Amino acid sequence: MTSAAVSVRGLTRRFGEVVAVEGLSFEVKTGELFGIVGPDGAGKTTTLRMLAGVMRPSGGDALIRGRSVVSEPEAVKPHIAYMSQRFGLYEDLTVGENIAFYAELYEVPRSVLPGRLERLYEFSQLAPFEGRLAGDLSGGMKQKLGLCCALVHEPDVLLLDEPTFGVDPISRRDLWLIVHDMVARGTTVIVSTAYMEEAERCDRVALMNRGRLVGLDHPRRLHEGLGGEVISVRVSEPRRAVEWLAGVPHVRSAALLGDSMRIMLGDGEEAWSSVRTSLEEQGIAVLEAAPARPSLEDVFVELVERERSGKNPERSGND
Amino acid sequence: MFAIARKEAIQLVRDSRSMILAFLLPMLLILVFGFAITLDVRNIRLAVLDESMTPESRHLVDAFEESGYFSVERYLDRHGEADELLVGGRVTAVLVIPPAFAADLAAEGTARVQLLLDGSDANTATIALNYADAISHDFSSDVLPDWRTARRSISPELRVWYNETLESRNMIVPGLIAVLMSIIAAMLTSLTIAREWERGTMEQLAATPVHRVEVIVGKLMPYVGIGLVDVALATLVGVFLFDVPLRGSVSLLFAMTFLFLLGALGFGIFLSAVLKSQVLAIQASIMVTYLPAMLLSGFIYAIANMPPFLQVVSYAIPARYFITITRGIFLKGVGIETLWGSALGLAVYAVIGLGLALHAFRKELA
Repeated sequence: MTSAAVSVRGLTRRFGEVVAVEGLSFEVKTGELFGIVGPDGAGKTTTLRMLAGVMRPSGGDALIRGRSVVSEPEAVKPHIAYMSQRFGLYEDLTVGENIAFYAELYEVPRSVLPGRLERLYEFSQLAPFEGRLAGDLSGGMKQKLGLCCALVHEPDVLLLDEPTFGVDPISRRDLWLIVHDMVARGTTVIVSTAYMEEAERCDRVALMNRGRLVGLDHPRRLHEGLGGEVISVRVSEPRRAVEWLAGVPHVRSAALLGDSMRIMLGDGEEAWSSVRTSLEEQGIAVLEAAPARPSLEDVFVELVERERSGKNPERSGND
Repeated sequence: MFAIARKEAIQLVRDSRSMILAFLLPMLLILVFGFAITLDVRNIRLAVLDESMTPESRHLVDAFEESGYFSVERYLDRHGEADELLVGGRVTAVLVIPPAFAADLAAEGTARVQLLLDGSDANTATIALNYADAISHDFSSDVLPDWRTARRSISPELRVWYNETLESRNMIVPGLIAVLMSIIAAMLTSLTIAREWERGTMEQLAATPVHRVEVIVGKLMPYVGIGLVDVALATLVGVFLFDVPLRGSVSLLFAMTFLFLLGALGFGIFLSAVLKSQVLAIQASIMVTYLPAMLLSGFIYAIANMPPFLQVVSYAIPARYFITITRGIFLKGVGIETLWGSALGLAVYAVIGLGLALHAFRKELA
């Protein structure tokens, strides 16, 4: 039955006393674009390193195409590509030499190499820089080159650790085009990111916090599972308003965003009218109020909040 | 494996620091050592207090000067000056010829002279003493009738083998090649794995299916090449610039160098893999190779003269075997039939060095 490309079972990693990843379990289907989202220190990098077979788990296991990263990491490696956060390019080699080096390491047959190079150069637009030293490339181009090196053996599973970290918006868009292209060709992609808007591009996302899984679903359904609504409000005294709202019933959270407030409400429409009344009683005028689309960030904050207060994260439709 | 070797070679060629370390440093060292550190004592600075002022006394002073071992810096007028010059280190020796020198020589056939030596450098002082003794002896035979010197009826006729002129340079250069390779080899490879950990490329490499033995062997190959080229250059300098004889087989020299390099380079990789830091690894490699190779390998101090404890320690120093081999090949022209013991020592070292490297290097983050 298992069409799972990646199957993670109770994966755990400790560094001395610190638990970086704890009891992580999820499955990724073949051809899926799977996101791992969380703040710095959530355990994203550690998770990807274990999946790539470069770090030994303290407990649990992960199967990649049925092969265990614990018992046979070397058997996993030919089928995956791993791109670490700061891709370790050889800066004193040229663009072409870097790609050729990885092609040799992965034993890409010489007969198919020219075709692949052509395609990699085409979508990365690195062809004009083939003879340039990798160290002389811009940050975005380095990441693209890293991706080319990772893709030269056409892996089944692509593991990307914050590929767009510190990359300019244009290159970021280019990188995502490449990723989507790979997914369209049937590659399974697991990508970690700290940017919530990037996570929304994924088929499914795992939300991680402090080494634990706090949510796992389609981004849209995670929104729906929220069970409340988010309202964007402009008021006369935003600072005082945020402080006041912390203790008001129906309000799950309130945060300043520029000159407006984002309020996450509990249940239904009556909630807003009661909150509004409460604000006006305090002498705070509501200038403007509009329902806002909850972002994955809202979901994340909410799920972490629930986890902290001891309630189980809601998991729906884990197909 | 060849992919790694090729990549490493390209990186080496582009990295000017490594190239300097690999080629310029050994050449510089061999020139400095070859020219500066000769253990021969020449031009000992001598002051002369000639109270005799006779043709005979001047003849004796000339004999000292002409020997080439002494150079007369000053003529003194009184005893007090001798003390000042020796204390101030401006001369190493003072020759005092008493007023009665010529008279005694004529009357009794013997005369006394005094040689004051600065003994703070015991080695130089001893050598100066021996030269002075030899010069005076020659002088006596020149100025005196034969029958007087014939009293020394038994005098050994010494003949030194292998290094006939007792040129210390002939001892130093072959030894230096061994010491140089000890230092350079471990230093070069100590950087290679640590650099990849520091730059984050090792994490990437670890995620590829390349086998760790391939990584080690691939990384070794270019450095073995550099090591062999270094030895070739050093041998050329030794033979053509310093006139050191090369009596044995060149191919044996290179075979032994290869064996030695395997161990030394492997050991450098071991340090690099364990310490994962370029700075630490290069310091450790200097500590564990440079000092022992200099001091305990027999390069400067003969192992036979060391305290028994250090003699035992010296067996653990690969440079010891390599020096025995290079000196054997250069000066004695002996072959493997004599050197097999030392060759075995190098083989053991190669196995240990490579073994440690393979053991320590893991495709895994801590």
